This record gives sequence, C-alpha cells and structure tokens, in this order.
Amino acid sequence: MFKIIVDSIKTGVITESRPFDVRPSFGFPVIDFPRCTLCDECARACPTGAIHSQASGPGQRTLSLSYASCIQCRACVEACPENAVSAGRDAEVAAFTRPQLQQTASFDVDAATGACRFRQMDVQPGPSLEESAAALRDRIQGRLGRSLHVRQVDAGSCNGCELEIAATTNPLFDLERFGVHFVASPRHADVLLVTGPVTRNMEVALQRTYEATPEPRVVVAVGACGCSGGIFGEGGYAALGGVDRILPVDVYIPGCPPRPQGILNGLLVAMGVREARTVAQASPRV
Amino acid sequence: MSMVTAEIANALNVAEYRIQARQPGEVAIEVRAADLPFIADAAVQGLNARLLSLFAADERARRGRFVVHHVWSLPKLDTFLSVSAPVDPAEPSFPSITARHPAANWFEREVMDYFGLVPEGHPNLERVALHDDWPEGAWALRKDFDPETQVPRVEGSFHPFRPVTGEGVFQVPVGPVHAGIIEPGHFRFDVAGEPVLYLQLRLFYVHKGIEKRFERLPWPHTLFLAESISGDTAVGHALAYSHAIERLAEVEVPARAQVLRAVLLELERMYNHIADIGALATDVAFTVPASRAQAQREGLVRLYERLFGTRLLRGTIAFGGVKHDLTPEGADALRRHLRMLEREFDSLITLLIDSGSFTDRVDVTGVLSNQVARDLGIVGMAARASGIDADLRRDHPHDAYSSLTFEVPVESGGDVRARLMVRAREVEQSFRIVSRALDMLPDTPLRSSMPDALPADAAALGWAEAWRGPCVHWAATDERGQLMRVKITDPSFLNWPGLTHAVPGNIIPDFPVINKSFNLSYSGNDR
Repeated sequence: MFKIIVDSIKTGVITESRPFDVRPSFGFPVIDFPRCTLCDECARACPTGAIHSQASGPGQRTLSLSYASCIQCRACVEACPENAVSAGRDAEVAAFTRPQLQQTASFDVDAATGACRFRQMDVQPGPSLEESAAALRDRIQGRLGRSLHVRQVDAGSCNGCELEIAATTNPLFDLERFGVHFVASPRHADVLLVTGPVTRNMEVALQRTYEATPEPRVVVAVGACGCSGGIFGEGGYAALGGVDRILPVDVYIPGCPPRPQGILNGLLVAMGVREARTVAQASPRV
Repeated sequence: MSMVTAEIANALNVAEYRIQARQPGEVAIEVRAADLPFIADAAVQGLNARLLSLFAADERARRGRFVVHHVWSLPKLDTFLSVSAPVDPAEPSFPSITARHPAANWFEREVMDYFGLVPEGHPNLERVALHDDWPEGAWALRKDFDPETQVPRVEGSFHPFRPVTGEGVFQVPVGPVHAGIIEPGHFRFDVAGEPVLYLQLRLFYVHKGIEKRFERLPWPHTLFLAESISGDTAVGHALAYSHAIERLAEVEVPARAQVLRAVLLELERMYNHIADIGALATDVAFTVPASRAQAQREGLVRLYERLFGTRLLRGTIAFGGVKHDLTPEGADALRRHLRMLEREFDSLITLLIDSGSFTDRVDVTGVLSNQVARDLGIVGMAARASGIDADLRRDHPHDAYSSLTFEVPVESGGDVRARLMVRAREVEQSFRIVSRALDMLPDTPLRSSMPDALPADAAALGWAEAWRGPCVHWAATDERGQLMRVKITDPSFLNWPGLTHAVPGNIIPDFPVINKSFNLSYSGNDR
C-alpha cells in the first residue's frame, strides 16, 4: 500500500492540460477543388462512396466529399494524379446535420474535349452550423450547460469506436474533468452516444433505450458507421445504416474510428461549450 | 508434401490420389456428405485434428449443389485439411458431427440459419444466429437472397431460454445494452442466491451481414471490410484475409513486408493484452493498476499513430504486403519505447500478483477445465490458459514467424488468473519478437503487385494467430473472378460456448471479471 502511494506521487499527474493540441498525421482528406480536373480517380478509389461525382445538368458535373462516410483510409490521397487531395490533420470534426459534413463543388464540362473546370463551391442544403447550434441550445434550454451524463449504445459497431470512446476516460484524456460522465442506464442519461451501423437486431433495443432516456435527450452519432453506415453501407438486410435512420441525431462525430479528442470535442459541441467545425484544415503542402 | 498427403490418406483411410495439395500448407479432399462424420472421427483420432471452421457455400447456379466445408488444423503436419461435401438442394440436409465434436455446434446451426441446410443428428436444432423476429425460409447467404432485402419482422419463439426451476431459483436477464462501454449481447443467468447455476447466451445483435457484403464490394475494397470485422483485431483479420487473397492469386509477399506484418500483429497483441489486464483490475475495483495499464495502452497507440498514422493499426496491411515502411528512426523510437514499457509492464504485473486482495478475486474464478476446453474446441489465448498448447504462429507459421523464435506460454489453471498470466507472458514474448524482427528487417520492396483480376473458380484459406486466437478466412471466386463466398471465423465464435461453462458455480459479481478475462468479440462473432 505504502509503495503504491509513493509510486503514484512519483508519477504525478499525467492528464494532458490541452488534449486538443494533439494533431494526428491524418484526420480527413482535404480536396483543393479548384485544382481538381474531375478525373474521378479518387471516387473510384473510395470504398464507401464518401467521394462521389455526378452529372448535375447539361455541361455540368459536381464532385462531393462527405466526412460522414469517410473511413480515413487515405486511398483518395494516394489516388489523385493532380495532388489535389491532401491529408488533413484535424481530428475534431463535428456537425449537427449530415449535409454539414459534405462539401460539393460544381464543374463546367467542355463539350468538345470533355475537360472539366472548377466553377464554384455549392451551398449545402439545410441549416448552417450556427443555426443548428442555436436550435440545439434552445431545445435543451440551458439544462445541460455544465455537465453531461452519457449512455453509450453500441448499435452494431465493430468495437473500434468503443475502444476510442473508452480511451477518452483514460488518465491522459480524462473526460470527467470537462463534466462528462458515463452512466450505466439510459434513465440517468442526458446524451445517448450511439455507434453503428444500426443493425436489424439492435434496432428495437436502440429505440427502447431512446424511449427510456428522459427529455431533453440528445443523440450523438459516432463513427463513419454511426453517421452513414460506413463500409457496411445503408439499406442492407442486416446493417440498416446511420443512426439517423432510426433516431433524430443532434450531433455527428465522423471518423473510423474518431480519435478520442474528436469524441470529446463532439460531446463538448453537444454541450454548447465548443463550436462545431466541419471542414478540416489541410496540412501545409510540402 | 507427398509424405504429408500419404500420412493423411492413411489416417483417413482413403486413396492418396483423392487428397489434393493445392496451396502450401493446405490440402483438400472431397467426400460424400454421408462420409463427413467418419472423416471427422478419423482426422481427430489419427491426426489430432482441431476444427477451426465449418461453413457452406451455394454453388447451385453453376453446379446445382450446396457444399459443406470442414476446416481442420493438423498441427503436427503443419497443414490444414479442408474436407468438402456436396449437398443436393432437393434434400437440403447434411450429417452433423456435433454430438462427437462439439466445436461444430454453432457452426452447423449457423449453416442452418443462413443456408437452410439442416444438420441431421444435431443434438440441439435451435436457431443460433437468427433472432426470433426473423421469418422462416429467408436464408441470407444463399445466392438468390438480395443483400438489400427488407426482411419483415414476425412474431416467433425459435430460441427459447431453458428454464431452471426450484425453490428460490430465479433468472437475471442482462443486455443487450450493457452498463459499460462494451458491445451488445444478452446474458440470462439462472441463480440460486448469488451463485450462478446456469448461463445462457443470445448473441448476433451486431450481425452486419459482412460475409454477404464481401460478395458485393469490388474485391480491391474488401480489405477495409476485413479490418472492420472486429475493430480490436484490425491487423489479425486483415492479415488472415490478405493471406487468403494472396494465396488465391498466387502472390508472394516480399520478405520485408512479412517481417513488418509480424511486428504489426505483435503490436496489436500488446495494446489489447495490456488494456485487458487493466480492465481486469477495473472489474475488481483495483484502480491504481487499472489507470497505469490504461496509460501504457494509450502510450502505445500514440506511438502507433506516430509510426503508422493510425492508432488502432487500421490501414497498415495491404494486399501483397504492407502500406507503410518503418524507417530506421521509427524502428529506434519503437525499440526505445518498448524498452521503457517493458519495465513499466513488469512492475504493473508485480503490483497485481503481489496484492492478496486482487489474487483472491482471480484465483480459481471462472475455471474452464482442460477437458471442457478440449471437448469444446476452445482456441487461442483462452485455450492456452487451460493447458492446450496450440498457436498458429508456431503450428502453421505465417508471415515471418518461421524465422522468429519465441515461446508459446501455456498455463494449466484455466481460471481468470491463468488467462491473465498467459496475456502477461505473451506480452513479454511480443517484446522479444518485435525486437528480433526489427534486427532482421530485410531490404526488399514493401509490397508485390496484385493482378487486376482474381483468378476464376479458385479458393484458398488464410489464417493468422491474432491476440484472441486464430482468425481463419476462406475466400472463393466464381467463373468471372468475382468473390463468390468469403467465410470469416473469429476465435470468439469457438470460444463463446466456453464462457457458459466457466461461469456456473461462480457468483454474479464475478461475471464481469470472468467475461473480461476471455474478452470475446461480439462483432467478430456476429459478423
């Protein structure tokens, strides 16, 4: 016992004062749309359809990138012949709607040569980040301002997200100092932290857990699968898709799996303590 | 190889020409379905065979038949034996081997659930994978089942819990949503006071249709799917699956990549074992070592992030090799970190086993006896803690393991402490393996190029001994070189029945620590 105390005093506090300063070497891909020639190599390389191009009208095409379904495999970064896709280093991406996690650019197609030229970035449908943040704030009416009790529900995950959610409780991240606490029952919870893809066999249990959670309940979807079905897709016989197919989702935390600081950030966004950010910063080109 | 085929032919009492040696380390024989039980008995008696997988494939479109496959490990011969038998769609049944080889129990019922083929003579013909609200007659892995079928929910009770009766006996249902940050599954405890009389499981809550999804995705994208079978075993499953695809395409992996793959597999073993050891301390409320283990685990995954750009080692394996090289500076950083970690880990284990209050909780708790483990065909780390000396890295060496020397730790207790000690000793072996591997890193390319298309009408096994135990994959292509069927076997699938034998006799408050000492995957089991 004495030795344990001495060792612990020697070790001191290992909790990091600034968990958000840790920059991963790869967060999400960043597309330099004006540089893009719409050759489609990245879309073909993407295993989940997170990058997708389509005709949008006569002489026009669009290219879109959705962090909701990105599994951070880097295939697009390696595939791009124009070096227009680069490795972003932001781990802390969170949003309130799926469209907020998407960027779309319009291109003009030259009728003679078929060459594509960047025209403009499109405005995403739906509310802006600020509007959504205000709406969530109104809904919870300041009742969850200083602390959150969280019930985690695995509705079909591969366990990758669970490992990283558990990592937020380790002594280095220590999420309890931010007022976030994991509880054992939905009846004690303010927030359901749901990972997916929601499976057919978990759908009923997820619905019941939601019903057991007192209002104002906040649903946070975690991971590429929770946000969009990820590599398992949507509409399958067993994997139904993103959490928002079953429940109204308030905050999306994409990533495969999201890093612990990303999960922590998303919870603080749900609390209204941090601002949501959805476009990753590109790392400096070398 | 001919000596091996001769020995196998002799033991199975079949003509040697019927044993086909297709790929290195793997032989196949096709028999009549009626002969499956005799072959199984002969393989176990004559060759010490251990069942690692059992599955079906739907070949009705081209050959008018289903095929049932048994995959046996023959450790003494460094060979896998694949026994296949055709099944007539007009009489959709095949003889069960479960009564004599209980390892086949869940496998055969799963074939029934997903293919509609009935294992005749199975002692318990209940559903295992399908939940009660799944209608009869919808077989998801048949080729004519569209993966996007929206199957209606029906009222049903195909999977009754066995009642335990007596004065003061009651049932405690737990799950599928659990109290901790863990995966979903349902446990039904029958208890008399505190002691558990009987434990029943209902799993497959996180069945995602992964095997079906393999048939749908373009094969170059399927490695990402393999990494998501069980998020804590990304390297293990990615390796087993790449091995299957590489053997199918007859691609050789360069020597440097083989060594790096072994390093990655050991790094995965380390972070999982250390986290589990911490979790065992958590489950008996011993928080100091729990926090230390969590800090050690976090230190490791941050190092992985620096070296490979990924904390949980996703995206490190590529078909034909590995994606990222380890630079000399990276190798030095790894060596330094592991030297420091080795000292910290050693003091963590000492702290645990020197504490009477900890050992009181783990000694003779959750015993899985050697006999039961053998009968059930338990594999991997849990088997080694019950005195079964089996490890694919040594018995069927993959990657660089044939040139790496290491010990396979075996404990005889079969209790929580034995599983803890196997983990601790395996982490120590991993330190040696990584250190030796880094010293011998050959100077070759990182990956071989893969063909644009996979060969048509081919099939191959792939395997890897991941931290829980053997991951065994089987991949087969159709006449156009598309993936026709992929079978994934996670060690958890073989080990879950072991838990139901380790828990009775213990008290409910010890269940978390027993469950964690196995730490079986739900996602890998349910797929």
